[in-house]
Amino acid sequence: MAAGIGGRTVSSAFAPIRLWLLLPSWVVIGFFLLIPVLLILVYSFLTKEFRGGVIWDFTLAAYDQFLFDRGLFGDDPPTIQWTYITIFVRSILQAAVATVLCLLIGFPTAWYIATRAARMRSIWLFLVTVPYWVNLLIRTVSMKFLIRENGPLNEFLLALGIIDSPLEIINTDIAVQLGLFYSYLPFMVLPIYAAVERYNFALSEAGADLYAGRWTIMREIVLPVVKPGIIAGCILVFVPSLGAFLAPDLLGGAKNFMIGSLIEEQFKGQAGNWPFGAASSMILLSMVLVVLFFYARGQAREQV
Amino acid sequence: MRGFDPRNYTGFLTVTLVCLFILYAPLIVVAVYSFNDSVSITRFTGVSLRWYADVFTGLEAAKFRAAAANSFSIAIMAAMAATAIATAAAVGMVRGGNFRGKPASFALISMPIMVPEIVTAVATLIFFSTIGFALGYLSILVAHIVFCIPFAYLPIAARLQGIEASFEEAAQDLYANRWRAFRYVLAPIMAPGIFSGFLLAFIISLDDFIITNFVKGAGVETLPTAIFGAVKQGIKPNIMALSTLLLLFSILIVTLSYLIGRSGNEKYQN
Repeated sequence: MAAGIGGRTVSSAFAPIRLWLLLPSWVVIGFFLLIPVLLILVYSFLTKEFRGGVIWDFTLAAYDQFLFDRGLFGDDPPTIQWTYITIFVRSILQAAVATVLCLLIGFPTAWYIATRAARMRSIWLFLVTVPYWVNLLIRTVSMKFLIRENGPLNEFLLALGIIDSPLEIINTDIAVQLGLFYSYLPFMVLPIYAAVERYNFALSEAGADLYAGRWTIMREIVLPVVKPGIIAGCILVFVPSLGAFLAPDLLGGAKNFMIGSLIEEQFKGQAGNWPFGAASSMILLSMVLVVLFFYARGQAREQV
Repeated sequence: MRGFDPRNYTGFLTVTLVCLFILYAPLIVVAVYSFNDSVSITRFTGVSLRWYADVFTGLEAAKFRAAAANSFSIAIMAAMAATAIATAAAVGMVRGGNFRGKPASFALISMPIMVPEIVTAVATLIFFSTIGFALGYLSILVAHIVFCIPFAYLPIAARLQGIEASFEEAAQDLYANRWRAFRYVLAPIMAPGIFSGFLLAFIISLDDFIITNFVKGAGVETLPTAIFGAVKQGIKPNIMALSTLLLLFSILIVTLSYLIGRSGNEKYQN
């Protein structure tokens, strides 16, 4: 039985019927997701129908609307339209800050959990993963309840005399930030945990023997080794934060629009401009693909 | 450097506790306030179960019941379909030898996780509208099956990767055909992975708001869309009671999954 010994040998007991095993997943995802995503690209070049839907006339109007302001009747000389660019830039910044915050809290947490004895480790890990299984909407609503103007957080701080008037957190960028951080923190902890768990602590000890300080060891030895876990965690937080809808919608209010709300508005809300929503979706998807592309390329390099 | 422990960094425990506090504080606060006797959500006046009674018998009870029936029936069917598809795909990917399209196949299976949810929602809506598929219960079910597949696939494939190939090879040496080798040898060993995959898919389906909101059409609600609609008018105490019930249900499922995932994980590994 050579197959089991090497550990990573490729087993092929089911190779002859491979196609039949894989076909259902290919058909379902290909038909109901791959083709629809390609259809978004087509829709982004169509003409909008009044109040939702499209007319099959090809035009660049959606992308033009995204970039240029041509006045109320569309015949003024075009100037740069900052509204949507601002929303995208804000989304990127919000997602980036959320990623950094998750990393600052998530790394020490993952490290602490991964360095416990096996029994305690699974309990800590369980505690961190439970919130991930709780409905995202419920978590976001709970956050809204906690931080609203006369909510428990403000009541508590007022009662303790730490603040004189309620903190106005709700409907600010900070509230959105808190919501994103809260939504995706477990995504940061889990991959870093997996990387630290595999880390060989003899490396740290070798560093200590050579008179490296604790934080030098962390910076020069540990971080380069666990970097793949950190990068995976950052992507798992950044990508969903970029397209998040619930946190900006429920916690941010009208002034703190992010891409997710902009797109939703085109299909479900007042705007009803499907081609524009499709174009915004394509721009969002392209940004995500760029991130994933660099990630895949980085991984391929590590393996060489 | 005598007594140096490379595992311990000062302050990391504090950060871990802060992390858990941030994760749990909002949930605990809402759970506590769901037992509030008052109509106001601000003042805590006394402990009572009135809002739980309200969820089941109050003015909105019929709406919640219908939403819960939709949510649970869709989650069970979507998770079963996704688990079946994902199990077949995992056997094909992990036990199907090397083949040329393997990375592409993996990319396609994980596509629902890679594409931002809002983009999946847009894609599904315009696809259904283009082919003239009526929005409603069925469109939600189809969309849920699609995005549940990778969530079911990952734990199943992980489990399968940990199982030595010698098991099904031994079965085949003893003249079991491929189906019997799978049914009587591989499937029982894979069972904990398949079950975790099912539970994860089930929870993910129950959890979904964004995609459901796009493809549900008028009149059909699931629990998340019903809760979202209610919260838009302000957080009411009965919503907090309903949320707490869902919260407890999720914790029950994750505990179950944790206990099952732990059982016999080491036995069949190489």
